[in-house]
Amino acid sequence: MAVTLTVYYVTPWLRWDRGPFAPDQAVLVDLAHRRFYMFQIEIWPHEFYYVAGLLIMAGIGLFLVTSAVGRAWCGYACPQTVWTDLFVHVERLIDGDRNAQIKLLAAPWSMQKLLRRLSKHAIWLVIAVLTGGAWIFYFADAPTLARALVAGTAPSVAFATIAVLTATTYILGGLMREQVCIYMCPWPRIQSAMLDEKSLMVTYKDWRGEPRSHGLKRQAVEYADFTPPPAGDCIDCHACVAVCPTGIDIREGPQIGCITCGLCIDACDKVMAQVGRPDKLIGYTSVADTAIAVAGGTPLSPLRRLLRPRTLIYFTVWAGIGLAMLFSLGTRTRLDISVEPNRNPQWVRLSDGSIRNAYTVKIRNMESRPREVEVAISGIAGNAIWSESGNREDAGDRLRLRVGADQVAESLLFVAAPAASAAHTPINFTVRALDHEGGTDTTTTSFHRPGDE
Amino acid sequence: MVDPQPDPRLPASATRTADSRIDVATGTPTVGHSWDGIEELDTPMPRWWLLTFYASIVFAAVYAIAYPAIPLLHSATPGLLGWTSHSELNTALAAEQARQAPIRLALMRMPIEQLPNDPVLLHAAERGGRSAFKVHCVQCHGAGAAGSKGYPNLNDDDWLWGGDIKAIATTLADGIRYPGDDATRLSQMPAFGRDEILKPAEIADLVAHVRVISRQDRPNVAAMRGASLFATNCAVCHGDAGLGGRAVGAPNLTDAIWLYGGDRDALTATITNARGGVMPAWGQRLDPVTIKMLAAYVHSLGGGEKNPAAVISDVAPAAGNNVAR
Repeated sequence: MAVTLTVYYVTPWLRWDRGPFAPDQAVLVDLAHRRFYMFQIEIWPHEFYYVAGLLIMAGIGLFLVTSAVGRAWCGYACPQTVWTDLFVHVERLIDGDRNAQIKLLAAPWSMQKLLRRLSKHAIWLVIAVLTGGAWIFYFADAPTLARALVAGTAPSVAFATIAVLTATTYILGGLMREQVCIYMCPWPRIQSAMLDEKSLMVTYKDWRGEPRSHGLKRQAVEYADFTPPPAGDCIDCHACVAVCPTGIDIREGPQIGCITCGLCIDACDKVMAQVGRPDKLIGYTSVADTAIAVAGGTPLSPLRRLLRPRTLIYFTVWAGIGLAMLFSLGTRTRLDISVEPNRNPQWVRLSDGSIRNAYTVKIRNMESRPREVEVAISGIAGNAIWSESGNREDAGDRLRLRVGADQVAESLLFVAAPAASAAHTPINFTVRALDHEGGTDTTTTSFHRPGDE
Repeated sequence: MVDPQPDPRLPASATRTADSRIDVATGTPTVGHSWDGIEELDTPMPRWWLLTFYASIVFAAVYAIAYPAIPLLHSATPGLLGWTSHSELNTALAAEQARQAPIRLALMRMPIEQLPNDPVLLHAAERGGRSAFKVHCVQCHGAGAAGSKGYPNLNDDDWLWGGDIKAIATTLADGIRYPGDDATRLSQMPAFGRDEILKPAEIADLVAHVRVISRQDRPNVAAMRGASLFATNCAVCHGDAGLGGRAVGAPNLTDAIWLYGGDRDALTATITNARGGVMPAWGQRLDPVTIKMLAAYVHSLGGGEKNPAAVISDVAPAAGNNVAR
């Protein structure tokens, strides 16, 4: 819980130097400028498949984790669990332990009860506001936005986002809690299909616990007159039920409400220690291991259990996507050209009889510095290209352009060629960076002539 | 068996008849009718639905008072807030005008021939001109400014009255042969055939000559006869070599661009009946900033010429006083 919360709150404040032309926030989703920064990786909107790839990896990662160690995501990393845990901690701090809470709930309204209720909900709200507040820092420069928030000059969408997230955090984490897991979240249903007999689950070891007793001493009294039946380790104290955040009784077997948070394991271990029985009456184990244990054998080693076709296939797919993404990230070009022939008019006859086409050329410079580039044409007779600000007299087969840092430069370029040829001739546009890093991109489009009118 | 009691939360309903009874399974009253033994439950609307319904009634009442709502004979009730869609539009327009004001002021102050030296302002002017063109110019020159027969293509590099940005602005402001503008571009080609200045055979010879100098036909006897006719009748405006003259808007007859067509029939019709297109003097209708924007846009279409050097400035038509206003 501490780890996940720290990651969430601290990440937007990490800095990452990208030079003078790009923001220095390590992780930034810049919606206004359509950029996504993650450490040294910068993603443009057209590269959004990287984000899609990450999401697919996250999905398969969930499958992998689930088939390997059960619902670890739900119990340890899911924001719902993390924030619910945080809220429960606050509640325990103010209202005391479970018994005190029950007592307080039953007590008539007094000044003290009112004070406790108020302070609890106030702290919850503060946490919720901070949660929503941290979220928006991912979308803007964190220190600037923080100052603007305090001064009240931040954009209204920032305040609205905070308000919405405050409400969801407060309601989902403070008021609804396990109801979200049981009734709202689709993952438990999907998860049931992910688990197999070798997945780790929180398991009540019924072969050890049953039949339940109420403690050996009490049993001795109860069965003073005849031989007591063989007693299991479970003393039916309901500690596991009391701590369960989703309110299930784990002793009824694996069920959809269980988020494998392991709180019942800790509670039961405490009781087992008090009554002097071996611990892990409730523990992480798999269906297969259970069968072995019931038969009296020794369970497989954890490593053997991990290495099975299902986990290996998940891992292969997961790692494959990751490697493919890393590879394409490493080899992607940071210079891009797209050319669109102007269609109205498709062609213009010039006074010397030649034909001129106009092209809207977009050059995408994805580096965080301005670049000098050269656009060259090929495949067309005449090879005369000039820009809107130039003219035909000094046209050649290439021209120089300057593209600002992290920008798409759009320019209108003209190409002239003799009229006598086919109605459509392919023409290639090649952009080449003139700095030492280089980089090039080519696109092919059409040169239009009057043709058969 | 105890008679079921109605749910105390349920309101009495007017739809129930005297035969209404309480349904045992649901505790809900029936409407009292029996259709072949089938009875209908009189289940009340859900409370949340009713509350929403009442709230919308209240909202509608408040809305009808606050905003224009009830239609009268000539207008509607104005509403307490005084809102109108016109005022909303005017507010939006005023805001947009305020946003554009600095650009328009800078354009107002910038002499048109110096506009190409200011790339930022030029770009703004081109964007504004693109919008204005769609409103005022596309009717004749076409959406892509490609023109049609009789309406010049503004994309090409052939200009009758000059293609530098100032000449374009002058043409825009004062128009071509436009009655009612003293500074308008004026010239009149004689109708050589209709007014019987030349005989049809002579016109045919002239056509042959024009087709030779525009390199559409090989030299021939008729063209040689036409050459001397050209020198006496046409060269005064179109030049000895047929290169045209911008002072009078006489087109270059040797290039590949024909406003009214370069084939034999079209040329014959042109010489017989004369040509002389008319363009409105937009300076009378549009403000000077819009004229500048339009000039910048037309100049940017690909055929725009550089400002003439001072020495040859007399080739370009005399600057109209409208340009500076």
